Amino acid sequence: MEQLQFQVPSRAQSQRRDAVLVGVVGSGNCEVLLETASSDAVCLATVHTAAHGFSDIWRRVIEDFATRCNAGGLRVEINDVGATPAVVTLRLYQAIEAWESGYA
Amino acid sequence: MTRRDTLERLFPSGWQDDAVFDNGFAGTGMCDGESIRYIGVENATEVGVDQALAMARLVLDTVKQHARRAILFLLDTQGQRLRKRDELLGLNGYMAHLAKCVELARANNHPILSLVYGEAVSGGYLATGMMADACYALSDAQIQVMNLPSMARITKIPLGHLEQLSEHSPVFSPGVANYAQMGHLQEIWDGELAAKLKHALMRVREARPADQRMALGQQRGGRCVAYEVVQRVEHAA
Amino acid sequence: MRKGYYEASARDRIRGVIDPGSWGEFIPPTERITSPHLPLLDQPVAFDDGIVVGAGRLNGKDVLIAAQEGRFLGGAVGEVHGAKLVGLIERALKIRPSAVILLLDSGGVRLHEANAGLIAVSEIMRAILHARVQGVKFVGVIGGSCGCFGGMGLVARCCDVLLMSEEGRLGMSGPEVIETVRGVEEFDSRDRALVWRVTGGKHRYLIGEVDMLVDDDVAQFRAAIARAIEAPADFSLEGLEREHDMLARRWSRFADANDARDIWAGLGMPDVTRMALMSTEEFTRAAENVRERP
Repeated sequence: MEQLQFQVPSRAQSQRRDAVLVGVVGSGNCEVLLETASSDAVCLATVHTAAHGFSDIWRRVIEDFATRCNAGGLRVEINDVGATPAVVTLRLYQAIEAWESGYA
Repeated sequence: MTRRDTLERLFPSGWQDDAVFDNGFAGTGMCDGESIRYIGVENATEVGVDQALAMARLVLDTVKQHARRAILFLLDTQGQRLRKRDELLGLNGYMAHLAKCVELARANNHPILSLVYGEAVSGGYLATGMMADACYALSDAQIQVMNLPSMARITKIPLGHLEQLSEHSPVFSPGVANYAQMGHLQEIWDGELAAKLKHALMRVREARPADQRMALGQQRGGRCVAYEVVQRVEHAA
Repeated sequence: MRKGYYEASARDRIRGVIDPGSWGEFIPPTERITSPHLPLLDQPVAFDDGIVVGAGRLNGKDVLIAAQEGRFLGGAVGEVHGAKLVGLIERALKIRPSAVILLLDSGGVRLHEANAGLIAVSEIMRAILHARVQGVKFVGVIGGSCGCFGGMGLVARCCDVLLMSEEGRLGMSGPEVIETVRGVEEFDSRDRALVWRVTGGKHRYLIGEVDMLVDDDVAQFRAAIARAIEAPADFSLEGLEREHDMLARRWSRFADANDARDIWAGLGMPDVTRMALMSTEEFTRAAENVRERP
């Protein structure tokens, strides 16, 4: 397993919530846990992945997410079993939508 | 050890078989003047629907005919019977029925003990020996879910890695010492079995303890999180 | 709108079964009580170790509920996973809910922590049966993609009432295990119709292993669980004698059965060749007078 950490700027998320969990830890998939972090201006992401050596791709996926969504003040933690960037992106959008709507 | 040798050592003052079924046996042994109902399987048999049914009958009859008589399971099984026929008939239902009968006996103040004198593997052990108030195994017995080569194949984890880890971790590799460290076995037996049996019976009779294997596993350093997880779920606000 | 139970996640199933707004989870994912053993084997963990446990209400009645996530390591039982379930049962002894509902979806013991998993399954069985003696009611539910096998197949049959969908599978050894050990002549695990006939809901319902057959729909599962909660609890010598008679009858009549169809015909089920095609409603009506029960 490889552990990666990112801290990327993002617009502040206004919705307050304890936590949201989407996805599942299964082959080609991942689970995403969103929680409240301290700073409103950045999104903190921690990735635990079974696929080693994809740090650059993870950074791009997280940065893209933080640019498009209001992820400032959120902590993202991902357990990954080799999900493709498309699947990870889908899970991240699903998570932020659940955070904003209250329905996972 | 053979079942005959085991019975001789457990009951030096006498034992008598009174029932047989496919690779199974039952009878009465004398322990310090007290009659004990023993029920067992031998020859490393695979436990199928007929054997589970026979053992359930023996347990129910003990409850009906001999109030408070202790029941001792003696085990040498390589697991549940791996046949389509047994699955078709619902082997899991027969095994669960046996476990329920054992619980009924416990609820009716029958002390339940188990001793692995040969092998004990997964499904053949669950509904019998693992339902006991206190579980024991001989030092030269074997308890396992699966051998390491098979485990390596199925989990796709290199065998060398599993072997190396198993030197320090009791959590996945075969062996009675691992099952003792994890709190499942109350004790590993050697030497004077009759005295050990007498002591074990006294202990269960006096305390009628609830299932304390998790606490024991934590004390012995073999299962470090289970006990705390139970406490947290039980007492969560 | 119809929502399939088979495909739903553990959390979706709970959401669909209990009353809206009544849910409270014990040791939620944010607590990160994950398996201490998987990282040593360089395996990924899940924040809830593949099982969700908590309290809620069903039609206003207090229930405790657990749901296994079949997509994480096949819903298999490890140390934490098993302990969460044991903790829920211990809690039931204290708070006396209307029922403990177990949404099962599991291949059995988690091999990565095999000894801990096997011991945990035996602790779950003992805890359930002890609680039943004390009058706590258990409703088992099977309808997920992993079915219910290994030790969890025993756990299922330790419940007071067992519900299952046609698509659910229940057994002890999975077909793949039997094929690996005994060969494809004994059990062809890729023959889906055969696997269904041996382990599927209709067969289990007919022979008396399952009490209610449910359509693969979360709302129908909820309705069936609500009915199951009303069933009287019984854990007595008489009840076990009746169960024993049923199992002895099955063994004496069908020990030589080669296929489930022999058993269905033997029980007097009309038109066994059409059985797979019948809707749940049509099937349960046809089975009403022939199905076994304790």
